Amino acid sequence: MDIVKIRKEKLSEFLKKLKDRYRLYGPVPQGNMVHFLPVQDAADMDLSFQNAILSAKFLFLPQSERLFEYSLDSARDDAHILKEVRKDYSPRAVIGVRPCDARAFRLVDVNFDTEKFRDPWWVKAREATTLVGLGCTSPCSTCFCTSVGGAPFDEAGLDVLLTDVGEVFLAKALTDKGENLLKTGKAFETAEKELVDRATTIQQEAAAKIVSRVDTSRLAELDTLTLFEADFWEGLHFACINCGVCTYLCPTCWCFDIQDETHGSAGSRIRNWDSCMFPLFTLHASGHNPRGEKIQRVRQRFMHKLKYYVDKYKNGVACVGCGRCVQHCPVNIDIRQVFQLMNEYKS
Amino acid sequence: MFERGIGFVENPYLPYPVRIEKITIETEDRNLKTFRVSFLTPEDEKKFAYHPGQFAEISVAGKGECPIGIASSPTESGFLLFTVNKAGVVTTHLHNMKEGDIMGVRGPLGNWYSLDEMEGKNVVIIGGGFAFTTLRSTIVYMLAEENRKRFGKISVVYGARNEGMLLYQDELSAWQERSDIEMNITVDCSDDPFCKYHIGFVPTITEQKITSAENSVAIICGPPIMIKFTQPVLEKVGFPPEAIIMSLENRMKCGIGMCGRCNVGAEYVCKDGPVFTLAKLNTLPKEY
Repeated sequence: MDIVKIRKEKLSEFLKKLKDRYRLYGPVPQGNMVHFLPVQDAADMDLSFQNAILSAKFLFLPQSERLFEYSLDSARDDAHILKEVRKDYSPRAVIGVRPCDARAFRLVDVNFDTEKFRDPWWVKAREATTLVGLGCTSPCSTCFCTSVGGAPFDEAGLDVLLTDVGEVFLAKALTDKGENLLKTGKAFETAEKELVDRATTIQQEAAAKIVSRVDTSRLAELDTLTLFEADFWEGLHFACINCGVCTYLCPTCWCFDIQDETHGSAGSRIRNWDSCMFPLFTLHASGHNPRGEKIQRVRQRFMHKLKYYVDKYKNGVACVGCGRCVQHCPVNIDIRQVFQLMNEYKS
Repeated sequence: MFERGIGFVENPYLPYPVRIEKITIETEDRNLKTFRVSFLTPEDEKKFAYHPGQFAEISVAGKGECPIGIASSPTESGFLLFTVNKAGVVTTHLHNMKEGDIMGVRGPLGNWYSLDEMEGKNVVIIGGGFAFTTLRSTIVYMLAEENRKRFGKISVVYGARNEGMLLYQDELSAWQERSDIEMNITVDCSDDPFCKYHIGFVPTITEQKITSAENSVAIICGPPIMIKFTQPVLEKVGFPPEAIIMSLENRMKCGIGMCGRCNVGAEYVCKDGPVFTLAKLNTLPKEY
């Protein structure tokens, strides 16, 4: 399929056609940020945002998700037996996802969709969703996607890539899902060569704007225990207050907790985002805690992303360079500095 | 029976419903009980094909789940055994449940003692305290008529604080009567001048009784302090780190390598373990 153009003034019409087939989500302004929420019309969305503070991961791994329900009423024949909660997995389209987030979903897929076990909620939500990405014309100063395998117009993990070229969006279908979506929206107007060239220039200029770099070249070869015992963790963890904001904002942080909540005789088993920053995350019932100290937890977060993940999946680092943790850490811990400390470490 | 699923092909988080058939108080402090459970449907039982060393997530609706080693052996059919220490929210609730109550099990989870690779070898089994559960599974499996000839000499060192804290006492006595397994049971101390067991810590008794590492593997499961002092004893006898097999514990939720908390380095105790050789553990951070 050719690269097609969608005129901005016709975006509403395009979405209207999509609505017949898809549940639509897009970046909706919320105070001074955007958040991916259900949308009805182009006017609901702000497609000029830089990046959403919260990554779009909650679309596949909600911060809280009901998994099962049960009854404790012994008069019922299904008392105490868990049953799956019904959910809507009809087709869904998410408009305006950033390429860094789309890349993150792929990095997280290896955790939830494995040979031995498949997480049904993650897998179903992924299958049901068509991702319409929006390339980044003006990246943030904290972005470093280009040194961790991505780019402001990276296509990996997306079904459609949109490029904002002023009065129109150029749309490139990247998968069958993406092609179906453009067909459903009746976006058939082929972009002229001049527009495609303009898009290429915009993409190149955007990549050139990303000046923040990290080096990952030695991470795979470095010895795990040497890095684990490195002296720099002592200085690095000092300022950390274990607030966990880095893990909540991070598009590749997937850790979760499972809890039962009962009201009266009915209840649900729920999974909630959890964080390796919290001591309770690893506390044994005996009182023993393998990561009871803050330094152990800070080290775990970075070792997981930049070493354990690298070794386990041979898939690069579990970081897409979105810069969210850099921007929002209250004590200015900068993962780019950790890349450097780890990658350059000599015992 | 009514429908539990909504159409997922397989849901590794969905517990199989089971009924508590029998509860046995194992220890004099009443803190350890063995729960004998049976599946509500035969199909579920068939799906739950396990090996000694694996564990399951015990699920109590309204309280949550906790990972517990499977104490029964695959050679015993029709039921599962779980010996549970009263420690947290779920296990405390479990201790207050009664025979006939419904709960859930999810599994089998994790890897297992590689008994197939131990064929033809002498097997040394060292356990301490209430970590003897999956070791019971292993012993019962190896002693089963169809399996016993596959292994060489079987030696067991099992210790507890005192006589009243030993698990499975009837079975221990029965095994002591047998000639095809060497039982070395020890207690840390005893008030009984005629105590029928050894008196001393597990590392000491191991040093006295396990004198050869030839063609042998050792399986150790016990509290960290026991492992810490038993490991050098085995190394001194000549067990290489590849022949020392251990089982780890860490806090778990999902049990299938997804929720992220039980990792030791790049390995998840729940999915890549709980069984590791000492050789493997030597390459990992000591976060357990």
